[in-house]
Amino acid sequence: MSQDVKNYIIELAKKNKRNTDNRGLEEFRNVIIESGVSKNAEGSAKVSIGDTIVMAGVKMSIGTPYPDTPNKGNLICSGELSPISDPDFEPGPPREDAIELSRVVDRGIRESEAVDFEKLCIVEGEKVWNIFVDFYILNNAGNLIDACGLASIAALKTARMPKLDEEGNVVLGEWTDEKVPFKRVPIPITFVKIEDKIMVDPDNEEEKCASARLTVTCSDKEINALQKGGEGGFTLEEVGNCLTKSFKIREKIVEVIKGIK
Amino acid sequence: MSYKKTGRFDGRKADELRPVEMSVGILPNCTGSARVQVGKTVAIAGVYGPRKVRPKHAELKDKLLIRCYYDLVSFSVTDRARPGPSRRSIELGLVIKNAIERSIFVEKYPMSMIEVFVEIVQADAGSRCAAIIAASLAVADAGIEMRDFVPAVACGKIDDLICLDLTKQEEDVHDGEGATDIPIAYIPSEKEITLLQLDGKISEKDLMEAIKLGIKGCEEIHKMMKDVFKKRYETK
Repeated sequence: MSQDVKNYIIELAKKNKRNTDNRGLEEFRNVIIESGVSKNAEGSAKVSIGDTIVMAGVKMSIGTPYPDTPNKGNLICSGELSPISDPDFEPGPPREDAIELSRVVDRGIRESEAVDFEKLCIVEGEKVWNIFVDFYILNNAGNLIDACGLASIAALKTARMPKLDEEGNVVLGEWTDEKVPFKRVPIPITFVKIEDKIMVDPDNEEEKCASARLTVTCSDKEINALQKGGEGGFTLEEVGNCLTKSFKIREKIVEVIKGIK
Repeated sequence: MSYKKTGRFDGRKADELRPVEMSVGILPNCTGSARVQVGKTVAIAGVYGPRKVRPKHAELKDKLLIRCYYDLVSFSVTDRARPGPSRRSIELGLVIKNAIERSIFVEKYPMSMIEVFVEIVQADAGSRCAAIIAASLAVADAGIEMRDFVPAVACGKIDDLICLDLTKQEEDVHDGEGATDIPIAYIPSEKEITLLQLDGKISEKDLMEAIKLGIKGCEEIHKMMKDVFKKRYETK
């Protein structure tokens, strides 16, 4: 990225303006959620935030519980920086930033107990449901954490439980009417700091100009995960502001999620 | 049981394709992109380039380097596929490249490369054929000079019935003579077959008949591929 573009975006930020559109510092780009992108998945969704496009899908299988949580199912959420999504991403094993993305999204959903893990227990200590949520980035126009988190939650919300045969094995390709048991809806909201301005939902050029990044994953009333990224820092006051704003922003996004089935 | 008498599971005629949908220019970051749906199989392809070859020693002095990557999305199949490259996906990347290379004027882009990424979002047999159609449309959408589009379709035999565009259910038939699957890519302007694989048992006579049917299917898809671009530039 050229220094000229960088200076331009920094100058805009100083005037409380955004890079490509007229939105305010605390405004998200347009969020669109489409469900059922893969009919072979237990649940799936495609999320667009502006030009960023991500799809996520849920697959479930039966496994054994971890010894320390014999009555709880498991959830694993993962994804990579797919090379189809950005001219700078290369094929190959995931690097630092891809692993960070995957782990931040995973923590937000797992630690918040978005899914009621106790209801995913079939036989205590022996059989539980394993849920795999995989996300794929199709177009990177910035703010991948929020897009991947939102796509994963949307896919989980649409997921139906697989059918079991008489011996308790999964019947592939058949589902019951029962949905995956949900407890709360955690939404990641990412802020970046350019000079002394803090803005939400950065596009990829804004991300490159930012000195620091903060992702707040919150459900209804509590905060479930935090991740500070980038080499810069935030003051205590700035962190406080981000937390307050994230609950407000979350409300608008939850409205979009409510619309999907 | 004879499939010649009972017909196909979804009531299609032997030489009938599944419904096909195509669109191009769907991913803003890519130089060219396309989405192709054949029945329940969905493929998304994106192309980057022509650009500098990385690593530099892989550069070809006299022609364009083409790299293709085929990726089965983990939730595209009923049983979860492990994310990341498998031996199958690496082979398919290669056969897709070999299917489309003939259609591109590679000598016009020496010392540069294009990369084609294909994601299979939903799989119900024929995913490599859908991938080739999508890859070819995406390369065309990227404005790379080409001789022609590359349509692809599977032909084959279910028990005693020679037919076109098999579904997963048909591929899994074990009655009588079982199922044979023959994916084909055919460049109409060159009259050349650039993908030919076979999986099953079939006599020479039946094979020739199946391939002829496959070419007919490819010609049908070729027309649809042309129409996508005609329509795209008409509206603009």
